[in-house]
Amino acid sequence: MNSQSATVDHRICNTTGLTVFFRSEFFIKINAVMGVVFLLVGAIAAILLALTRWSAVMFLDEVWFYRILTLHGVNMLVFWIIFIEMAILYFASSTLLNTRIFSKTLAHISFVMMVVGALITNYIILDGRADVLLTSYVPLQAHPLFYVGILLFAVGALLVCFNYFATLYIAKKNKTYTGSVPLVTFAATTAAIIAVIAILHGAMALVPSFLWSVGLMAEPDAGVYRLLWWGLGHQTQQVNVAAMVGVWYFMATMTTGAKPLNETVCRGAFVLYILFINIASAHHLLVDPGVSTEWKIWNTSYAMYLAVLASMIHGYTVPASMEVAQRRKGFTKGLFGWFAKLPWKDPGFSSVALSAIIFGFIGGITGVTLGTEQINIMAHNTMRIPGHFHATVVGGTTLAFMGLCYYLVPLIFQRDFYLRSWARVQPYIFAIGITMMSLGMSLAGTYGVPRRTYDSDFTGAAIETGFDPVAHILLGVLGIGGVIAFLGMMLFIGLVVAAAFFGPPIKDRKMPTWQDEKSQKMTDDLINRGYEEEGKHYEHVKTPGTIALVLIFLLSFVIYYFANWASLADLWFLN
Amino acid sequence: MEEEKKHPVQKLMDNIWLLLILGILVPLISYSGWGLLELLRLPEAILP
Repeated sequence: MNSQSATVDHRICNTTGLTVFFRSEFFIKINAVMGVVFLLVGAIAAILLALTRWSAVMFLDEVWFYRILTLHGVNMLVFWIIFIEMAILYFASSTLLNTRIFSKTLAHISFVMMVVGALITNYIILDGRADVLLTSYVPLQAHPLFYVGILLFAVGALLVCFNYFATLYIAKKNKTYTGSVPLVTFAATTAAIIAVIAILHGAMALVPSFLWSVGLMAEPDAGVYRLLWWGLGHQTQQVNVAAMVGVWYFMATMTTGAKPLNETVCRGAFVLYILFINIASAHHLLVDPGVSTEWKIWNTSYAMYLAVLASMIHGYTVPASMEVAQRRKGFTKGLFGWFAKLPWKDPGFSSVALSAIIFGFIGGITGVTLGTEQINIMAHNTMRIPGHFHATVVGGTTLAFMGLCYYLVPLIFQRDFYLRSWARVQPYIFAIGITMMSLGMSLAGTYGVPRRTYDSDFTGAAIETGFDPVAHILLGVLGIGGVIAFLGMMLFIGLVVAAAFFGPPIKDRKMPTWQDEKSQKMTDDLINRGYEEEGKHYEHVKTPGTIALVLIFLLSFVIYYFANWASLADLWFLN
Repeated sequence: MEEEKKHPVQKLMDNIWLLLILGILVPLISYSGWGLLELLRLPEAILP
């Protein structure tokens, strides 16, 4: 069964049995490659920034700090992640639905637009004509090419979304699948829907800024710009969340043989994302004077919590499905016997597991707390904010995408990794580094250290603003964590590039397992056997270990949340 | 016949076009529309 079955326009994957169309495989590859290229740019910028915010080092001068901060934000939050998401869209539509992509020409055009847009943006930033940070808040004005680059990239991404929806339409029309689309495709659809609304907001914010930069329009209103820009800025991060959760489900199946406990509930959670996660953008405007308290409270609490509920559903169903799979393999000892026997040496699994832990325990808890209007007043524009989103976007999304790459390269590029033992430790190095960095930022932020600021102490300012020495120690933790994360990132890029371009070909055989033969056989058996024998009982299976983990999570949440209210009471004394 | 047996929620989840429309409408009304309305109705600030 190991022989490669290939016809003119597709092949059958020897590992998954999925039909891989060469046309979509090509676009998965080139988007993934471009993602890693811009990851490298963003990572070099990241280490320069970490060594500058480390107050004992202050590596860059003030001009280059803001320039590199702009470069870092654009490459990491936009280019790297969205290129990988485009690869995911091609995979989730074509490969998982067993159909050709709608338009090869459109895929080429969109890819070229995205690459050219990214190159223009990076050029103009490095040339020193767009020191406006990712947000490019009015009245800061960048060179027109900055806006052109971002808009070109965004329209390219929008075209990929259109291609994706059209491919879904064709698949349904041609009946290439039965019933509902697979859960991973549903997750990708969620990401694509959120991307559409994000890009619409981006156009509403950046087109007027472009016209202003070329003198065809008066300066846009700063408040309106901020409202519209965050409709882009935060929603693109929700695209990441949806794609990341999709990767969690996919990798849980690939590495442990897990099957989602209840697909309807999982899909319902994605629908909650579609409907409510976008309005959470409002928490960026909690100290803006122009919008009312009613608008802030509605958009950041009542409705946003429905999206938080969705994340908590995924946060339960992903590990619970793994627990069920592990228990079915016979790992039934105690509460956490199944947990200890998870394939921790498989970098695909460990990346995703660490991603879920960092995303939930650090990113999720801090995010909901910071999104509370009263608490936000203490934290707004402090280092607590980057402390939060480095846990979600980097510790969460980037780490999950790294895990995906450990399977993407052998399955799609059909090449094996060199230095496999290094690959096994890479996710841990990166996770330790990013956790230290995130906690260093968050804790320094509790001392009031501002974000987006070259010199935390405002040296030479008329009013002394020095911070407690502990804050500087925490900035050192940030710096050391940044160095460790950078090493982990470089190791990842080196391993992936070496494998994708020069790795041993594995065209005519199954993907070499990251696990030992016995574990892989158990996982394969579980996938082949399926879950039908349990019937409806499968959905009512007990998962005591995951319940215990959920209770630990909720306890951590409660402690952190109320500690913040206690801090607020200390700061804002009411008699 | 199978379509008729589907639960309404399942029907919603299988209709990507409806999800797309709702996904655009909800934030457009709740976040951007309402927010823009408030910002555009603000009186001019009087500088000291």
